[in-house]
Amino acid sequence: MGAIYACMALAVVMIYQAIDHLNFAQGEMAMFSTFVSWQLMQWGVPYWGAFVVTLVFSFFGGIAIERLLFKPLAKAPILTNVAGFIALFAIINSVAGLIWDFTIKQYPTPFGSSPFLGSQLISTHQAGMIGVTVLLLVGLYFFFQFTRIGLAMRAAASVPESARLVGINTSWMIALGWGMAAAIGSIAGMLIAPVVFLEPNMMGGVLIYGFAAAVLGGLTSPLGAVIGGFLVGIFENLAGTYIPGVGNELKLPIALALIITVLVVKPAGLFGRPIVKRV
Amino acid sequence: MRSEELCIAALATAIIAFTSGTALAQKKYDTGATDTEIKIGNIMPYSGPASAYGVIGKTEQAYFNKINAEGGINGRKINFVSYDDGYSPPKAVEQARKLVESDEVLLVFNPLGTPSNSAIQKYLNAKKVPQLFVATGATKWNDPKNFPWTMGWQPSYQSEAHIYAKYLMKEKPDGKIAILFQNDDFGKDYLKGLKDALGAKASMIAAEESYEATEPSVDNHIVRLKASGADVFISITTPKFAAQAIKKLAEIDWKPLHIVSNVSISVGGVIKPAGFENAQGMLSAAYAKDGADPQWDNDPGMKKLYAFLEKYYPDANRLDASVVYGYGAAQTMVKVLEMCGDNLTRDNVMKQAASLKDFVPDTLLPGIKINTSATDFAPIKQLQMMRFKGEKWDLFGDIISGELSE
Amino acid sequence: MAAVEDIVTEAPAVEAVPKRAMTLGTGTSLVMLGLLLVVPLFVKNFIIFQMTMLLIYGVAVLALNILTGGSGQFSLGQSAFYAVGAYTSAILMEQFNVNYALTLPIAGVICFGFGFLFGQPALRLSGVYLALATFALATAMPQLLKLGYFEKWTGGVQGLVVTKPDAPFGLPISQDMWIYYFTLVITIAIYIFSVNLLRSRSGRAFMAIRDNEIAAAAMGVDVALYKTLAFGVSAGITGIAGGLGAITVQFVAPDSYTITLAISLFLGMVVGGVGWLPGSIVGSAFIIFVPNIAEGISKGLSGAVFGVLLFLVIFLVPHGARQVAIVGQQLIGRFRKN
Repeated sequence: MGAIYACMALAVVMIYQAIDHLNFAQGEMAMFSTFVSWQLMQWGVPYWGAFVVTLVFSFFGGIAIERLLFKPLAKAPILTNVAGFIALFAIINSVAGLIWDFTIKQYPTPFGSSPFLGSQLISTHQAGMIGVTVLLLVGLYFFFQFTRIGLAMRAAASVPESARLVGINTSWMIALGWGMAAAIGSIAGMLIAPVVFLEPNMMGGVLIYGFAAAVLGGLTSPLGAVIGGFLVGIFENLAGTYIPGVGNELKLPIALALIITVLVVKPAGLFGRPIVKRV
Repeated sequence: MRSEELCIAALATAIIAFTSGTALAQKKYDTGATDTEIKIGNIMPYSGPASAYGVIGKTEQAYFNKINAEGGINGRKINFVSYDDGYSPPKAVEQARKLVESDEVLLVFNPLGTPSNSAIQKYLNAKKVPQLFVATGATKWNDPKNFPWTMGWQPSYQSEAHIYAKYLMKEKPDGKIAILFQNDDFGKDYLKGLKDALGAKASMIAAEESYEATEPSVDNHIVRLKASGADVFISITTPKFAAQAIKKLAEIDWKPLHIVSNVSISVGGVIKPAGFENAQGMLSAAYAKDGADPQWDNDPGMKKLYAFLEKYYPDANRLDASVVYGYGAAQTMVKVLEMCGDNLTRDNVMKQAASLKDFVPDTLLPGIKINTSATDFAPIKQLQMMRFKGEKWDLFGDIISGELSE
Repeated sequence: MAAVEDIVTEAPAVEAVPKRAMTLGTGTSLVMLGLLLVVPLFVKNFIIFQMTMLLIYGVAVLALNILTGGSGQFSLGQSAFYAVGAYTSAILMEQFNVNYALTLPIAGVICFGFGFLFGQPALRLSGVYLALATFALATAMPQLLKLGYFEKWTGGVQGLVVTKPDAPFGLPISQDMWIYYFTLVITIAIYIFSVNLLRSRSGRAFMAIRDNEIAAAAMGVDVALYKTLAFGVSAGITGIAGGLGAITVQFVAPDSYTITLAISLFLGMVVGGVGWLPGSIVGSAFIIFVPNIAEGISKGLSGAVFGVLLFLVIFLVPHGARQVAIVGQQLIGRFRKN
């Protein structure tokens, strides 16, 4: 389970890096991408072909959403933007339901689903998921630390005014951020779908945990997000197993309470950088 | 001053209501029925977390369109007014009141969901508006004494649970049972049914785990249940989670006797996505035929259903169990209205609904019949056990009723 | 990652609203009040019921507005306070036979305490972290309500049915109308209380914190106290709204108070205009009627239609109904000068 949360958290952090908000529609975007890849496979496209096409589709889809819907809101108050995310959520969910209806779909995994190395606890698919997450993490780390464009994106998100002064097109950096977040989200979706089955509401539960994981790890740190993801998975299970009586019924609240406790002690998350506000 | 005004206004409305009421009564019609039209209300979760069930409402709409196209019921067209409650009880109350007070329907048919129905039950009974064939399996709908205007349709969750308990006590008296249930009215009702029927043998239950419908996956619960060492696994789950459970069982190589609740027996919607090879030998019980099951391809009832879908609801997914459900429920409704003849009062609707004798909608399993009486508000009471083999369910044993007394 | 701590000049989450602009002029208020008093006499019970719900959600949105628009704290957890209020009223009425009118202040006080306590840890959190903490609260609440230990009182997953009160003193009006006027009186009381609160010393402290926390602290405002106080007041008012909701809907169940409700209230606040109290009723109208309109346009796509309508609103008036009101006021002002 941790791997699922980690994957989603990574996408959440990605968009937070780019636009400084949490995107509530992130899960739905990932779900839609996953449906697109499923549809491609139904039409006979092989898995990896569909995978690549979906990545490209999601990337441009993310950019298009930003250009069309959120660029006009750039000057509006933040809370209005949040309302926009909610609207986007409702639209994508409803459209996906109309196109592909609400029955669950089987989604293939490239890793197989037999027990991993004879282990009773995780399957090869889950092991594969962890692998992909780590790969993504390393890739993102290099992207943000060492490439021009990665640095420009970070600059555009954290200090837009100064970034503009040094010649960065901040508006397009934001669009790019949306694109990348959508692409990473689609990978997360395609990895999660084999476990939870594909349907329009599949991301609802995952997203809550993804947010929690991202916030726990620190919204500014991809590594933190991944670790946060695994921690949330572990918290949840330990609460379910070891707290007698209410543990099982209340494992989500308990996991969330733990996260809040962590936040109270370390408000920027485990791996986040504290932000100092200027008066 | 103000209160006087209020008095007068209230009095005036009361007089209007009174006179219009008597005028209608002379014609043997209640609000919502005329010489040309019968107005039926309905509440469905078209949006929100349970939107998968919206298909039921759409199927019913399509079925009433068919009836209207064929001339209606005794010359009257059905006007089906269906509203969205998003599976939220307060919204259901708002919509129910809109149906009754603003649209003035004759009755409310097949509103979906236990919470929503619980929320509107008292209101509809106070208004004496029939709340017919509610789309939930809670046991409480069969209570003609306290709620004479409310009636269920499908077999109750508890009676289904009784059947499994009886089967287990007979076939596997030394079994250790592990139960996974959804933490809501559906899961709890079911669990109660199981425990009631097991009675003194409730100690057979080795472990129970509940999950929330908002959880992404039930994998962790399955792993823990396996650790209990049980050899019977009862899965009281909705389709998505049932499929996850079937798959996870295979992944962790746990092979208990697997019983899945009737809610999640759809071949197309649950078992195929989970993998046929993982579901072999699984047990359940059914009352309706399955649109994805090839054994019914030549069944006359199902053929009628398919012909109807082709003409009136072409984009329906016939693998979806909700289609079969909506069709059967709508057929029952039409039957009741036919029986009412020209006496379309709410009283008579309830009277006729409570006197169904051996009625068989096209989609019920052979041998299962709908029977109601003034003291029995549970239309479908029988189920038949079945075992999954190859790519379909094999029915076995007798048609059984889930009543505990038997 | 960079060793140096980032220094960010963040724009405040909520832009400053001039104090005067938080309320309506006397004339407009009286017209509104008149309409609210008279309309129910001429409409069907069902419309009265909808109007009651409109007032109740209006109060809940108002409460959120005090928290966010007033003190700049963001909450997605209002549904939790609403649920606590609703359950308090329902349990007191059904299990302990307390008069319905008495249950409301109790619900308010309990929610105030609950909100005040929740405000303590929330003090250390801001922005998205606070959003997540409150979001967590909203997600956890239905599960807490279902908990087996409380089932004796809460009715567990089945919920509780609440008896609708009759009009007192033998007044010859329907139950619906009575509850409507009852709600209206409470709504007006809460509205007046809120306006005065925001104009008082505490209100000015809230707004100072909203506009610049550090500066407020430097000026001697007890930031911790006022932030938790804002949480408590907001929760208390939401609790009263919840109690009224329980009486009107006659039913409480865990499924009534999910995160969807919290999101609706949040949308209501944005549409009504953050920080503009009269906008709460506009926002409340939006969350009650727009889903119905969306459903009327298309059943299968009701969610999408709702989303599109919401986008339209925030594109046209990103500051919500407040913007419309301000433009209207300016127009009237110009008209008068001519």
